Amino acid sequence: MSQAALADAPIPHKIDANAPPAIVLDKVNKWYGTMHVLRDVTMTVAAQERVVVCGPSGSGKSTMIRCINRLETHQEGRIVVDGTELTDDLRALDTIRREVGMVFQSFNLFPHLTILENCTLAPIWVRKMPKAEAEELAMSYLTRVKIPDQAKKYPGQLSGGQQQRVAIARALCMKPKIMLFDEPTSALDPEMIKEVLDTMIGLAESGMTMVCVTHEMGFARQVADRVVFMDRGEIVESGTPQRMFEDPQTDRLKLFLSQILRGH
Amino acid sequence: MSDVTADPRFAAGRAAPRRRLRLSWSDPTFRAIVWQVLIVGLVGLVLWYLVRNTNQNLAARHIATGFGFLDRVAGIPIGETLVPYNPAVNTYGRALIVGVLNTLKVAVVGIVLATLLGTVIGIGRLSSNWLLSKLTAFYVETLRDIPLLLQLLFWYTVLQGLPAPRQAIRLGEVFLSNRGIKVPLLEIQSAHEWAFLAFVIGLVATVLWNRRAARQQAATGVRPRVWPVAIGLLIGLPLVVWAVLGAPLTFEVPVLRGFNFQGGGTLSPEYFALLLGLVTYTAAYIAEIVRSGIQAVPQGQWEAAGALGLRSGMVLRKVILPQALRVIVPPMTSQYLNLTKNSSLAVAIGYQDIVSIANTTLNQTGQAIEGIAVIMAVYLTISLSISLFMNWYNAHIALVER
Amino acid sequence: MSDTVATADPGYAAARERPPAGLVGPWAWARANLFSSWWSTAITLLLVYVILRALFGFVEWAFVNAIWTVPYNAQGRPDTAVCQNAKGIGACWAIITDKYRLILFGRYPYEEQWRPAICVVLFIGLYVVSAMRRFWRKELALIWVGTLAVIGVLMWGGVFGLQEVPEDYWGGLPITLILATFGLAFAFPLAVLVALGRRSRLPAIKLLCVLYVELIRGVPLISVLFMASVMFPLFMPAGVNVDKLLRAQIAFILFAGAYLAEVVRGGLQALPKGQGEAADALGLPYWKKTGLIILPQALRLVIPPLVNTFIGFFKDTSLVLIIGLFDLLTMGKVALSDPPWQSFSTEVYVVLAIIYICFCFAMSKYSRGLERELNRARRR
Repeated sequence: MSQAALADAPIPHKIDANAPPAIVLDKVNKWYGTMHVLRDVTMTVAAQERVVVCGPSGSGKSTMIRCINRLETHQEGRIVVDGTELTDDLRALDTIRREVGMVFQSFNLFPHLTILENCTLAPIWVRKMPKAEAEELAMSYLTRVKIPDQAKKYPGQLSGGQQQRVAIARALCMKPKIMLFDEPTSALDPEMIKEVLDTMIGLAESGMTMVCVTHEMGFARQVADRVVFMDRGEIVESGTPQRMFEDPQTDRLKLFLSQILRGH
Repeated sequence: MSDVTADPRFAAGRAAPRRRLRLSWSDPTFRAIVWQVLIVGLVGLVLWYLVRNTNQNLAARHIATGFGFLDRVAGIPIGETLVPYNPAVNTYGRALIVGVLNTLKVAVVGIVLATLLGTVIGIGRLSSNWLLSKLTAFYVETLRDIPLLLQLLFWYTVLQGLPAPRQAIRLGEVFLSNRGIKVPLLEIQSAHEWAFLAFVIGLVATVLWNRRAARQQAATGVRPRVWPVAIGLLIGLPLVVWAVLGAPLTFEVPVLRGFNFQGGGTLSPEYFALLLGLVTYTAAYIAEIVRSGIQAVPQGQWEAAGALGLRSGMVLRKVILPQALRVIVPPMTSQYLNLTKNSSLAVAIGYQDIVSIANTTLNQTGQAIEGIAVIMAVYLTISLSISLFMNWYNAHIALVER
Repeated sequence: MSDTVATADPGYAAARERPPAGLVGPWAWARANLFSSWWSTAITLLLVYVILRALFGFVEWAFVNAIWTVPYNAQGRPDTAVCQNAKGIGACWAIITDKYRLILFGRYPYEEQWRPAICVVLFIGLYVVSAMRRFWRKELALIWVGTLAVIGVLMWGGVFGLQEVPEDYWGGLPITLILATFGLAFAFPLAVLVALGRRSRLPAIKLLCVLYVELIRGVPLISVLFMASVMFPLFMPAGVNVDKLLRAQIAFILFAGAYLAEVVRGGLQALPKGQGEAADALGLPYWKKTGLIILPQALRLVIPPLVNTFIGFFKDTSLVLIIGLFDLLTMGKVALSDPPWQSFSTEVYVVLAIIYICFCFAMSKYSRGLERELNRARRR
């Protein structure tokens, strides 16, 4: 956890309580074989809300976030994203995937395409955007993540932090309403974590709805409207970052916080 | 990265001092030269010894060396030829050319079919259907564990075990017998030639249309549909031309005359057995290459592309295949080479490829060295051509990485 | 957003241990792996039909309707009329019972065939011992030399009161095993030298090795075997006759050497450069560096592909059929040339295939297991 980020004051932010919720999870259950990995997970994310999900490894937080854009399927309960319920229906899936951007722990850039082509692939083939327009859009986002000069290079030629920023730009090129982050900084060297977090903070300031699985508590404190703590497949506790970190109610959260503070 | 030499603070480079060769065992250059002279000399000595023996033996047996025999009349009867050939008139040279063409005939068709079959089986191995993936795995394991020669002999006896032409198995106008597979042949008329020309034009037009579609997509974002136009151009246009010219359609049907069929096209049992054996055997190897190539693309690539909203067909085309091909192409090249080299087993079942004809030639003329030199030269040429082409292709799709 | 505390209880909420019905159990498995979609269901049904048809057909042919023995006439000739009648309906395994000694041991004197039988057992034992990691020591080379010597004595005889049997009478499985094993034993050192030569900094040596490897790999094995059978006698000084088996063996060694050299080179290339540099820094001279540092590591890396190459050569020994040497496959054909048995090739080919599959499957299974093990060890 970066000490500098911890010292920063929270970004002032107001959520429109009357707007329809961005994501609704209602009693979501999932099993891998006989292993119960999500247990009655219920959560609502309002539009423009920033939620940080934390918890020990194997607590189901990644599985939950992957269920939101159906990289994993849930077996019981309801998930509604931006008013569309996730079902087997492929058209609904297409709609949701366009509205939801995702950033992975291992970047998952396409190694055979240049940075620019990585960013324009989906806008051209999914959003049916003219090439020039897609490239212009991509360059504007690459500028925003501060690597416009790398556009002609291939992912293998970039550092991890740069790759992750490209991955963020690539997701933004689809102009999503919601961004999901699945441990975006876990695979990075410490000196690169900050550049990625800064990009994410910038994104938060622009009013993006974000669900972020991360252990970066400084980031949570500065950006999150709400922190959700998961353990053993269920949501144990949730609340404002301040309340959660300073006044944890459950022993499990206390244990987790003590471990994570010792670990850093 | 800063360029060190461009930095003005560094003095202009001085040429490295020339090393002087010392005639001493402790001098590495001297030692290297001695080693090389020694080994090259040894190899040269062995070669000289073999050549000298060979010359003496040839002289003792009164065998003339050289390729003069190529101009002599061959007298080798050849069952199937791609170019006109008459054993009573044509020379050994021409017989060998017929052999090369027969080798190419089985290799080219075999490579295409083995690639298709191998790809299907390789994808079957990755199927989520348990039965299909186990069955294809069984196919791959079994076929790879039996010597190809045994498989060829087996297929050949199966084909020879078919009934005689009089009792041939009939499938429509196709006849299966121990004399091979007889198929009706289209009698080529001018309308067919025009239709073929129309097909070629349609092919060019499809390519042009595809380019136009790409340009239009770049400009407006919307890609005009290509496949209806392609179907129209590739199938519709030739059909229309053919119909306008009177739609002639007559086949030369194989007819049983005496003990064999007359007319129609033939796949000889030898060719068919060789093709069947080579294709099923090589497909087992190709299936493994395709499987591991697709598996080499990390799962995260599917997920990332899916999360961006790309449909699975598009993910395959734009993300997975370009990466899998890079893994697949180099081992695939060596399988193509293997298939071509394995086609030389034709000699065991009497298909007259280059090895078989060169072997007959060297038995008839006694020109052992020349005969084997011809075989080796032919295969080296084919091998080099395939690997040159594949290297070019490989460089074309190579992955840029740090 | 109001603060919520889902469970004030410090313990864990009781998990529903039982997932909803249909997520586990054989039915769930079948639904996921056999009937996950309509086309998967279609494939499953089609395959089940095809497999059952093929299986029943095979069982009926190979067991139910099979003929196991035929009567012999006064001259000891088999009367195959029963088999001829059953042709196409049932297998005629009588040919195997009649000919198995011929197929396995060729024309080796009938009374002495226990010797090639022991040799086959010794070969298999040698493979098994070589496959065990606890024998991967220098002594393994001694075991090889010793076993191969014993095999030589047993096959040739002429000492220890054993009747002498010249190579012309050898045949069947021992020939296949001899060609493959001796081929590997001699090709391997050659391959190591050539692989080192190909990576040498000395241009002339590198050129020689590249020429050798690429020439051999560019031509089919048949042409090398032809060379051995028709050109080799020309190479030798007048009066020197080299036995056919030995000529084929030399061709195999030359051929296998080129392919194995490429496999070894792969191992040398996969080795991190630092290993060679570290040895240089220690001041080890070239041969010490190569023998003590580079080769032991590089060879360990390439054992799985080496086994795969060996499987290939094992199968390729069957090609000596074309130059008229009596290996297992040739003996199968010889058995089939006996007039009464001429039309029962399928039975013989099936048995030969099973023998080859036994050897190759064991080796490939071993190679895959080893690969997994080595990968795991490397990742750690």
